[in-house]
Amino acid sequence: MLFSGLFIKSSRGITMTAITGMALLVLASVLDFQGINPIEVNVHGMLAFDSFGLFFNIVAFSSTLLYFLLSGRDVERVGLHVAEYYGLIFFISAGVAIVSSFNTLLLLFLGIEIISIPLYILTGSDKRNLKSNEASLKYFLMGAFSTGLMLMGIALLYGAKGSFFMDQIQLGTTQLTPMISAGLLLLLFSMAFKVSAAPFHFWTPDVYDGAPTVFTSYMATIVKAAAFIGFIRLFEGSFGNLQPQWQLLVAIITAATLIIGNITAVFQQSVKRMLAYSSIAQAGFMLFALVSLNNTGKEGLVFYTAAYCLATIGVFAILLKMKDYTFEGFNGLAKHQPVLAATNAIFLLSLAGIPATAGFMAKFYMLSAAVNNGKMFWLVIVGVLCAAISVYYYFRVIQAMYFKDGEPQEMQISGRFKGLLIFTAAAIIFLGIYPQWFIDQLNAIFFVI
Amino acid sequence: MSICKPYLPIAIGTVNQKNIMVPVLLLLVPLVSGLLTFFIKNERTAKAWSLFSAIVTLAVSLSGIWFLNKPEYLQADTQWLPMLNSRFTVSLDGLGQLLCLLTAVSFPAIFIATWNRSYPKANNFYALMLLSQAGLMGVFIAMDALLFYFFWELALIPAYFLCSQWGGERRIAVTFKFFIYTFIGSLLMLVGILYIYYHTADQSFAIKSFYNAVLTTKEQGWLFWMMFAAFAVKMPIFPFHTWQPDTYEQAPTAVTMVLSGVMVKMGVYGILRWLAPVLPSGFWAWGDAASFLCMFGMIYASLIAMKQDDLKRLIAYSSIAHMGLMGLTIFSTTDIGMQGVMIQMFNHGINVIGLWIVAELIERQFGTRKLSELGGLAQKAPALAILLVIVALANVALPLTNAFIGEFLMFTGIFTSNVSEYNYIYTAVAGLSIILSAVYTLNMIQKIFFGNTNGLTAQGKDISWNEKLVLGLLVLAIVGIGIYPQPVLDLTKGAVDSILSQMITKHP
Repeated sequence: MLFSGLFIKSSRGITMTAITGMALLVLASVLDFQGINPIEVNVHGMLAFDSFGLFFNIVAFSSTLLYFLLSGRDVERVGLHVAEYYGLIFFISAGVAIVSSFNTLLLLFLGIEIISIPLYILTGSDKRNLKSNEASLKYFLMGAFSTGLMLMGIALLYGAKGSFFMDQIQLGTTQLTPMISAGLLLLLFSMAFKVSAAPFHFWTPDVYDGAPTVFTSYMATIVKAAAFIGFIRLFEGSFGNLQPQWQLLVAIITAATLIIGNITAVFQQSVKRMLAYSSIAQAGFMLFALVSLNNTGKEGLVFYTAAYCLATIGVFAILLKMKDYTFEGFNGLAKHQPVLAATNAIFLLSLAGIPATAGFMAKFYMLSAAVNNGKMFWLVIVGVLCAAISVYYYFRVIQAMYFKDGEPQEMQISGRFKGLLIFTAAAIIFLGIYPQWFIDQLNAIFFVI
Repeated sequence: MSICKPYLPIAIGTVNQKNIMVPVLLLLVPLVSGLLTFFIKNERTAKAWSLFSAIVTLAVSLSGIWFLNKPEYLQADTQWLPMLNSRFTVSLDGLGQLLCLLTAVSFPAIFIATWNRSYPKANNFYALMLLSQAGLMGVFIAMDALLFYFFWELALIPAYFLCSQWGGERRIAVTFKFFIYTFIGSLLMLVGILYIYYHTADQSFAIKSFYNAVLTTKEQGWLFWMMFAAFAVKMPIFPFHTWQPDTYEQAPTAVTMVLSGVMVKMGVYGILRWLAPVLPSGFWAWGDAASFLCMFGMIYASLIAMKQDDLKRLIAYSSIAHMGLMGLTIFSTTDIGMQGVMIQMFNHGINVIGLWIVAELIERQFGTRKLSELGGLAQKAPALAILLVIVALANVALPLTNAFIGEFLMFTGIFTSNVSEYNYIYTAVAGLSIILSAVYTLNMIQKIFFGNTNGLTAQGKDISWNEKLVLGLLVLAIVGIGIYPQPVLDLTKGAVDSILSQMITKHP
């Protein structure tokens, strides 16, 4: 399944195969979620396919499918090895599936690595672009370092507990021995690196900026969401009982991520770089789920990832059509491409968390989880202030599109692309006005099982 | 019907089981017609269509007060987010009826008064206007905190686009400031709402549960400030007012009318519906501090208004002063004062729209808003002069005008209040602000209408039929309410009583 499309000559055909493959994956994960699995594989308890993970798989695979549909054309344009790109993305999808359902630290490590290594390649896939190469190398070095930290953390925990299984680690940990706390810290840091939380975020803007924009879109959405799911699974499964000990630390990381991400994004001149910082800022909001660690937060995280992926993939798909990535490049877009501008405005409003979009409900969930938790009220205030800051840079794009005049750009926009954008925007508004549908699905997870 | 569309938020099938629901119609008419307006390419059709829609809304709103004034017509309730225990609950009580009426009256008046003005991309302009009307209606009818917040924000988005697209020279930066201000306030309110939500007995956003939420005085204290931030920015109350004069000046006048006539009432409404009855202890604990802000703002705005040469800015500052007085009265929490606030909300709405119409007129005719460049218009435009003088006198709250009734009640309220020991000071300062308002308003009239005509005003013409019609009707309303205010007072009496009794029951 993962190698689908590797040997087809025409790039168009490869894209089609990739789309079909991903559609099949979505179908399979939906079936899985309904409890129908055609093939039984004995995983020796290393993977736990609970509905939380399975549902996330549906979200991740559907987003990837949408990503293929919207940006498939642009993937073809990156270079000559189109089949490889898709192959790597399918590898990453496998990694995502593992990370969303791991039950031992070993598989977490495996999943994260399966995600990371193809990403290093994708980042550098624009071989003639120096920035792309630099980004790839930077990402690789930093990534390798954080992987090292993670392995060390796992080793320390194994030393302390004698097991890789999460429930074994969880048992009876009321006392913090130095070994456990060191392992916990190392794991926390390496995961924070993967989700680009401050102060481990420095690679993010450079890598996102340097990588070909199509792959940035993928990295900033699905991959990041997967890392988050892994993060929360790990900390709930292994260290849930220890929450009072690490909550404050995570809260500080969250606050730092929010503040740094948002404030730096304000000063960006390139929309692509702004989106890189905004993805750090959004990660800060997703960390709320980890800080509060309750059902509201976990539900909210899945909702947040769905809302965030939809909007960000949309924004990037439009960005890809632009010649000029600066804010000025968007000037007057509303006049020449009203559909693009209107849908882009909806995506940005959703990212900013304006009501009647999915982004509002997502932020609402996160704030709700944190208020419900009750201990970290200052963090909630930091959160809302940062949400207000984020309005500034998202609205700059809207201002450029609608209220400023600019030269018309030549763009080849197919009707299908417009249709898909409208579909995505409609989905965002639907989720924003009537999230119940989505919540019902989540409900099933937390109350039936 | 309800089976085939189970996911519609406003499942129409469940709503109109038997009756026509007035609040739902108030929301749906502008919303649907607004969305349709986006697709009307012809400017005149778009204008006529939105005017028609606004008049239908007005008719619905009036029928909600007269023919259909029964509970079964004025309430609607359906599932929205059962998971969060938030329902789509809308209903109209006296307070809601009054403000919906104000909203419904304003829009046709605005559309008629600005009939001759043409906008580029008129369809978008009118569509956004109608959408903002839908948002405003939603705020005034929502009986569920989350729903309220939803509409609260939604009313802002069309206003943002309207001001940024069709406003004056500095529109983008100014509107942005306005947006960020209100957005920060709103988010703080959202956190407050969430906190109260988790302290309700049944984890619900329903207004009843909010009224029954048990919170300590200390919690109520800081929650008060979080909620108050949102409402104070909207009203605006000193020191949260700095967005207001710029925005009013830069926005297209039709939008300024919406902002100052209706949208600022959202703040007052929020305090009356969602703040005072939910957090009475916090409300009283911090009442003096807030009153002081209102009082300071009143004097400050009046003094600045006296110095203004720009007509629009003058009206903007005068509006801050009036809102300050309303705020001051609310914090004195007396029955009679609250009645005054209710009627004054309506009065201020129509009076200020009258003033804006004149400002727009003068600007369009002479291309300037500077008082120093005008003069002698009374000879050229007698009808305008008479109408404006009446509106201006209402702004000063002279007897026989509607504002006199409102301000008299408010003064009595502040004076007889036993909540604060400073009520004498408040009354004195409020009185001073009325004197100041007379100074700047009469000064404005004098500079515009009297004296000698100059080169600019010599070719002045009188107003056209549509402006005459709107101003005439507004003046009629001003004098009508001034002479016989009883129907309006009766309308809101129940609401005032229930707010006050709720506050007293809840306060330990």
